[in-house]
Amino acid sequence: MKTAKTFQPSRRLILKAGAAGMLASAMPSFVGAQGAPIRIGFQLHRTGIGASYGRWYERTAQAALKLINEGGGINGRPVEILFEDDATDPKRGSEVVEKLTVQAGCDVVMGTLFSHVVIGSAPRAGELKVPYLVCSEGYHVASGMLNRWTMQPGITDVRSQISAMAPWVGANLGKKVTMIFPDFAFGHDHRDFFTKAMAAQGGEVIAQIAIPPTETSFTRYFPQIPADTEVLYHVMVGPAVLTFVKELGEFYGSGAKPQIFGFIDSLEAVDTATPGLEFLEGTHFWEGHNRVTPADAGEHEAAYRAAVGVDDMGASVSDAKDVSTYSHMFSTWETLFAIKAGMEAAGYTGPADRQKFVEAMEAMADLPYGMERPQGAKRFNGKTHQVFGTQNISQVQGGKLIRVHQTSMEDGAYEDAVDYTAMAF
Amino acid sequence: MSFGPFLLLALMEGMVTAAVLALSAAGLSLVFGVMRVVNVAHGEFYMLGAVIAWFVTTMIPGSPAVAFVAALVIAPLLVGALAAAADGLILKRLNYDPEATIVATIGLLYMIQQAVLSLYGPNANPVAAPFEWRIQLPWFGYSGYKLFVVAAAATLLLAVWALMTRTKAGLVMRATQIDRTTARAFGINVDRVYMGTFALGAGLAALAAVLIVPIQQAHYLMGGDPLLLSFIVVIIGGLGSLRGTLLAALIIGLSDGVISMFFSPTLAKILATLLVAMVLVFRPQGLFGARA
Repeated sequence: MKTAKTFQPSRRLILKAGAAGMLASAMPSFVGAQGAPIRIGFQLHRTGIGASYGRWYERTAQAALKLINEGGGINGRPVEILFEDDATDPKRGSEVVEKLTVQAGCDVVMGTLFSHVVIGSAPRAGELKVPYLVCSEGYHVASGMLNRWTMQPGITDVRSQISAMAPWVGANLGKKVTMIFPDFAFGHDHRDFFTKAMAAQGGEVIAQIAIPPTETSFTRYFPQIPADTEVLYHVMVGPAVLTFVKELGEFYGSGAKPQIFGFIDSLEAVDTATPGLEFLEGTHFWEGHNRVTPADAGEHEAAYRAAVGVDDMGASVSDAKDVSTYSHMFSTWETLFAIKAGMEAAGYTGPADRQKFVEAMEAMADLPYGMERPQGAKRFNGKTHQVFGTQNISQVQGGKLIRVHQTSMEDGAYEDAVDYTAMAF
Repeated sequence: MSFGPFLLLALMEGMVTAAVLALSAAGLSLVFGVMRVVNVAHGEFYMLGAVIAWFVTTMIPGSPAVAFVAALVIAPLLVGALAAAADGLILKRLNYDPEATIVATIGLLYMIQQAVLSLYGPNANPVAAPFEWRIQLPWFGYSGYKLFVVAAAATLLLAVWALMTRTKAGLVMRATQIDRTTARAFGINVDRVYMGTFALGAGLAALAAVLIVPIQQAHYLMGGDPLLLSFIVVIIGGLGSLRGTLLAALIIGLSDGVISMFFSPTLAKILATLLVAMVLVFRPQGLFGARA
């Protein structure tokens, strides 16, 4: 229009320009009525050692996204997720947070599981002042190690899981425990808190065997298990988990073996009926969300399984060999619904409201059981940015994981170590 | 566990490592010895062998033993064919210039790795062992298949040794190794020898991987460790010496087994690397390598 004025324009030209200008100024409000989509960046373990989790995290998040959009989106706006592979690598992880925030213009970033990636990425999220919602189980959120922009609203942390279960292990399986765990942040949480929790039960951890998460051969670690071990506690991650349990089975063979208590992480995405795993019969596992539908499952369990495409045995409905990471993947579903609740409470309109969104999340407390939280009711602690829920202990019976105990939310409580709400943004 | 059984298990584990390592390092050593090419993509040929074994065993129904034998034949052939093509299309055009071939094989490493990631995916997939047999000793159980791996690798190494010392093909390869120009003057088709050697080296890596894949799993990132360990073995043993490779594989494998078990696997790797440094300082040509 400026150029039109300097050129002594004809009446027709001014009319044309005016019409074009009106159309242009009308455009954004026209699009706004449709609702510009809310963009959620998803830092995904599509490749690298966390790929089996990434595969199912993507499917679960897509299923939740579909449900949210069918229900009218967030604040009446449609929602879209931008997945970006972090290769399960901390360095790449922080680059992904930056790319999703700066280049793709995402409103918030969520995702990832492996604790070293979360710990490597959270500082960048803090610098970019973008809400970073993780699904990593590690105690690094509630410990105060990270920042005000990092929250874990979808899955209970390892410290709470262990506090809830250690009494059961001590009372039912034995007091002298040997631990096998991956040698990085997540495994160290297990080592530290389980050792403390057993001591509080009058038990004792008599050996701690750390294994690098990239290890491919495990037999050579097993002779370190003391002969007087009553309970073998194992938690392993990475692409070699099947090798780990198989070699453990070979090592004990048909000879005497201690009670075995494992975190399902050692068997996520692995069929419990795989040849070579027969020795697991009768052993116990922690499960976040029961892979095999329990007889007394909640009313939303069936609908959730149908939405994510998983059958009652925990495998993909289209391929029975494609076993899900069922105990962990609900966290992406519940985190997406937490984002929806937080944005709606904050009246979120765009990146300028990111701080309001974090404050609205911090104000959350009781999160009841429902389709938004198929794993169970939860309580969000706004000060520590950590959610707390119930845990399950299952036993392998006839090659299937059958729930034998469920902890209460109180079992997993511990004192706050940090108050993020007192920190500056 | 008391000391005796502990040591026995350490030695058994060490033998498995040594056997597979000897096989894949022999391939690397052969390629360097004859062609003077440092093949950085060797680990990816190994990985490719494991992945092909997975494809073959999933496609052949019925007895796992039949599928496994098929994989044992098909995987090295396919990997060898790919290596021969890589030789003809890439290495030959670089005139086997040592520096250029290092860069080219690094490129090959990434191409193979990313191709497998795209076509096969990021997941680790198990391959069924040809037989399920467990030895139950009084102190611990042990996989019978692992003992089979040791025996099979020993047989294959013996075959490679016979090929090199008892056949015309071996004679031609050794002649080319000693002096490429003179070999050519005597009517040896050096280009074909090079192509065959590169294919044989890659095929040996693939064979080692087929043997190991029922113990571990086929994964697109599995080529890193074998490459590093093969280099360690070849440097200690002397580049191009089959005898040295075998001895070094035994040293590295057994010490890895024993040190890993009594101390820690990290210490075993530290000591292996230290040994490489010591060899490079005091005997740069390796234990059995010819003086350059």
